[in-house]
Amino acid sequence: MSTAVEDLLREHAPRVLGLLVRRHGRFDMCEDAVQDALLAAGTQWPRDGVPDNPWGWLVTVASHKLTDAFRAEAARARREAAVAALEPGDAPAVPDEDDTLTLLFLCCHPELSAPSQVALTLRAVGGLTTAQIARAFLVPEATMGQRITRAKLRVRATGFTVPPAGAQRAERLRVVLHVLYLIFNEGHTASSGTDLHRPELTAEAIRVTRLAHSLLPDDGEVAGLLALMLLTDARRPARTRPDGSLVALAEQDRALWDAAVIAEGAGLITATMARAPLGPYQLQAAIAALHATAPSTRETDWAQIALLYRVLERLAPSPMVTLNRAIAVAEAAGPRAGLALLEPLAGDARLAEHHRLDSTRGHLLEMAGEHGAAREAYRRAARRTLSPPERRYLEGRAARLGTAAPVTDRAGGTP
Amino acid sequence: MKFLLIMHMNPAAWEGLTEDEQKAIMDGHDGFIAAITGSGEMISTQALGDPATSAVVRVRDGVPAVTDGPFAEGKEYLAGFYLVDCESRERALELAAMIPDAAVEGLGVEVRPVMFSAGPDL
Repeated sequence: MSTAVEDLLREHAPRVLGLLVRRHGRFDMCEDAVQDALLAAGTQWPRDGVPDNPWGWLVTVASHKLTDAFRAEAARARREAAVAALEPGDAPAVPDEDDTLTLLFLCCHPELSAPSQVALTLRAVGGLTTAQIARAFLVPEATMGQRITRAKLRVRATGFTVPPAGAQRAERLRVVLHVLYLIFNEGHTASSGTDLHRPELTAEAIRVTRLAHSLLPDDGEVAGLLALMLLTDARRPARTRPDGSLVALAEQDRALWDAAVIAEGAGLITATMARAPLGPYQLQAAIAALHATAPSTRETDWAQIALLYRVLERLAPSPMVTLNRAIAVAEAAGPRAGLALLEPLAGDARLAEHHRLDSTRGHLLEMAGEHGAAREAYRRAARRTLSPPERRYLEGRAARLGTAAPVTDRAGGTP
Repeated sequence: MKFLLIMHMNPAAWEGLTEDEQKAIMDGHDGFIAAITGSGEMISTQALGDPATSAVVRVRDGVPAVTDGPFAEGKEYLAGFYLVDCESRERALELAAMIPDAAVEGLGVEVRPVMFSAGPDL
């Protein structure tokens, strides 16, 4: 299928599905019908040309598929009477954008597990096939198919209503943003498999977040998440060497960063923070912007980054935020100040098993010139990490400290 | 996250069970397989032959040498595994507890994460 046709189909997928579910209920059957219609378009359009009204074409075909499915089910259940009420209507002239938003809320239903929310969002909102999603997460297609089927049955019961209002809406939106963040992160840091990046997932996360931002332009956290993704993704070309090994931020060739994407992300976060109530994604995006616009690690505004992490720590406390703050403080005020912030974390159960505490400690000890202790910390971290490239990186840092020659540079280890 | 749920066998513990108890454990795997397949968490499972059927291959100076028997002699041995993809370590531990072997005195199910490719930005 040509990219242009595929892009067009995936743009329409959530709108068609939203309309069908709003009209007929039965999320599970509507979702199957839309996937069938997308498949039909994927074969017919490249051959016969794209119809004048692609949206109307998809609604009509999907409605017919749905009617067929209802008939088949009714025949099985001998409930023909039910079918008469379900004749497909014509497509309205313009798709209702709120349907897409409602769909996003539905796919990120809090009763679903995170992997199910992710899978359902990619299929129903992203228009990806089960096979594509399975490939992206390196699981068998049957596993992913079952996960999606189970999720669809689960949300079927919840009904397709307008997104909740008030405090509940904010809470549901938080879940949606977290799901989009998970999709992006999976693409960016690849939690399984041997490729460091899964660009199709980062691109998809950015596309859907852009969509959410266009539907909710006034929401500061949606804009903040989009900016965070853009600013993070812009550094991708510099994150790995040709052999697949990781390059620490301090050692990255900043000429490889995508300047246009950085400009978009930085512009977006600056404009957003000037008008919207502050939130965790905005703060993370602001930190990413400071990194992305600095000419080098040395010339980075570490004091400002440390301050932003302190605000983030108050707004959304987590040991990982404290770790990152410690690194920024170490750069701004010296390694001892950073190490002091790490001390209380040793007893934190959420971090006890995590390698990041040791890798950060190693970095700060190295900065402080305590090479023996730094080497031990790097080695502990290397044993704990589940990422082979990161393990190689940490073992490399430990090995560099093991040589007799003094280590003078203090590159690496920045979030 | 992917985890390997490793079933360790202790023949002495196994032989101490009645035939009915052994059958109940083996049948219990069907229910476990159905449950994790239904939830979309199952990737694969295999039971392994007795270590008496193993062979170990070592290549020294480019010359392969084959010795019959397991790599390490021991009372316990790896009897089979499930490879699962689930939400968290907590969920993996929960799944391990659903495997019937976990409830047998002298046996246990080991949960080990599968390594992945990257980490957070360094």
